[in-house]
Amino acid sequence: MAPESLGQIFVGTLLSNNFVLAMFLGLCPFLGVSARINTALPMGAATTFVIMVASLCAFGLNWLVTTFHLEFLRLISYIVIIASAVQLVEMFLKKNSPALFRALGIYLPLITTNCAVLGVALFQTAREYSFLQAMTFSFAGGAGFTLALLLMAGLRERLNFSSVPNVVQGTALSLMLAGLLSLAFMGFAGLGAGE
Amino acid sequence: MSEQATPTAAPEAPATPSAAMIRTLGLVATICGVLIVSSYEGTLDAVNANKKIALERAVFQVIPGAAKVEEYYATSAGIQPATGPTPEGGAKFYAAYDKAGAIKGIAAEGASKGYADVVRVLFAYDPAKQVINGIGVISMRETPGIGDKIYTDKAFLKNFEALDVKLAADMKTLANAVKVVKHGTKQNAWEIDAISGATVTSKAVGRGINESAQKLLPLLVPNLDKLGSK
Amino acid sequence: MALPGQKQPSNMEEFLEGIWKQNPTFVMVLGMCPTLAVTVSAMNAISMGLATTFVLVASCLLVSTVRNIVPPQVRIATYILIIATFVTVVDYAIQAISLAVYDALGAFIQLIVVNCIILGRAEAHAAKNPPVRAAINAVGMGIGFTIGLFALGGVREVLGAGKLFGISLFGPDFQPWVVMVLPPGGFFVLASWLLLFNWLNSRKTRADRIETVGGHVHGA
Repeated sequence: MAPESLGQIFVGTLLSNNFVLAMFLGLCPFLGVSARINTALPMGAATTFVIMVASLCAFGLNWLVTTFHLEFLRLISYIVIIASAVQLVEMFLKKNSPALFRALGIYLPLITTNCAVLGVALFQTAREYSFLQAMTFSFAGGAGFTLALLLMAGLRERLNFSSVPNVVQGTALSLMLAGLLSLAFMGFAGLGAGE
Repeated sequence: MSEQATPTAAPEAPATPSAAMIRTLGLVATICGVLIVSSYEGTLDAVNANKKIALERAVFQVIPGAAKVEEYYATSAGIQPATGPTPEGGAKFYAAYDKAGAIKGIAAEGASKGYADVVRVLFAYDPAKQVINGIGVISMRETPGIGDKIYTDKAFLKNFEALDVKLAADMKTLANAVKVVKHGTKQNAWEIDAISGATVTSKAVGRGINESAQKLLPLLVPNLDKLGSK
Repeated sequence: MALPGQKQPSNMEEFLEGIWKQNPTFVMVLGMCPTLAVTVSAMNAISMGLATTFVLVASCLLVSTVRNIVPPQVRIATYILIIATFVTVVDYAIQAISLAVYDALGAFIQLIVVNCIILGRAEAHAAKNPPVRAAINAVGMGIGFTIGLFALGGVREVLGAGKLFGISLFGPDFQPWVVMVLPPGGFFVLASWLLLFNWLNSRKTRADRIETVGGHVHGA
């Protein structure tokens, strides 16, 4: 059990150790999907859901793997569970919300290769979080990812109305924006540090 | 219509696609299984040796003159060697022995959240004088140039040359909890002078040490004689 | 990656493809997560690059070897299984070689599994080509990725710590540009490299166009 309190984990993961802007997890969808606010929010929500499911499964798997001394199978079991979870989410969305399924398009199956999902499982294992700590961590992580996505989408939508030099357009511009956001989020450091 | 992807040299074709899928996955899984297990077994000795070297290096740094390190758990029932997970209510510590086999000092870890992430320190405990007489930072992700002064600031490190951690009369807690005070206001042997401008990180170090000592020392001190020599 | 009817690229072209034309970092912009996270020093960058190259080459070799017996429905699952295996192998190998490098790279070694470069190469190239060709291409890609990582790690270490490979370059009075070794610095340095790449490419395109038009340009 790690020495951090639930509140510290929540605030820390949401703001000062934001998954995208400080820990560099989930960058591919962050750069790819953040062009519009209306796709950013559902993408963030879907990713948060998958992250929490993955965290839950990883917690159980880790207990299994440690009890039977099969540590070398940990990575493979994590990635297989994640791939299955994404498949299930896809099937569920296709049946219950086809519009959303179409809107997310190719990015839904790409959640499997999203570093954030596997990253959550790996980090919570490395930090030896308890069950509640892990759930708080994964929820805050997904929420932080969604927050970063929304901020980026808002910025990029505004930038559509400015004249940006051709050389900078595209990924270079997104990365610079991300750098500025990351710099801003550094201001949150120290939040939740105990007394 | 079943789609089969079999090489022309295969003697018999699978009857259904499911059989082909299962057969392929089974084959690949077997190859992968062999690869993983052989690499795990092949590197196990080297990995354990590396971990031991890293631990020894950390402990020898805070307890100069030590030649051998053993890991133990201190529990209310006494001291036991550290094999397996931490028992309920137990605390892990490292006993360092010199070349002759006599006990040279005790080391233990403390951790607490600092500015950016958890700060982990290893501190050395002198059972004869009941003080902490050295620390080493195991890991931290504090701000470079500010928080990382806990590695180098000489005045800060001086705090840990004789940090008083003697037990109270009832042997259940420390007589005085380890406290971090504002830079320049240290008055008692159990206080730590924070680094000016790096208060949060200094407080994390102090908190980590206090929590660890409060947990470990009441369990360890009554059983010190059981450690013997090696 | 030759289309039917086109000449098969030579082995040299396969190798060079990943280094310049399809450089994973600067052209395809793939594998961003480890690129930004571990490039706080040149040594970490190169270690990560070598680890990824190993996984890439080994996975592409195995994928290419079994490519004819894998039914299409399970191919992604098979590729992921193979890649995860080699990542586990490299994880133990690094622990055995150097615990210091292992601690520096942290969880990002295991995150090589979800590095889009590897799955992308396996799907796009290794599954359609014989083992030797797949391996050559993978080596080129891996080297291109390592070059990209080093470009980032080198700049960040020099500016943010005044050192390269741990060797101090500027003497003790150098005030390091600390933000470069912090997360925002990673974003800025990568953005600058991409900017440079884009600019060079656009100049080359303009020069090519001027040549074809015949060299008469009024103004610019």
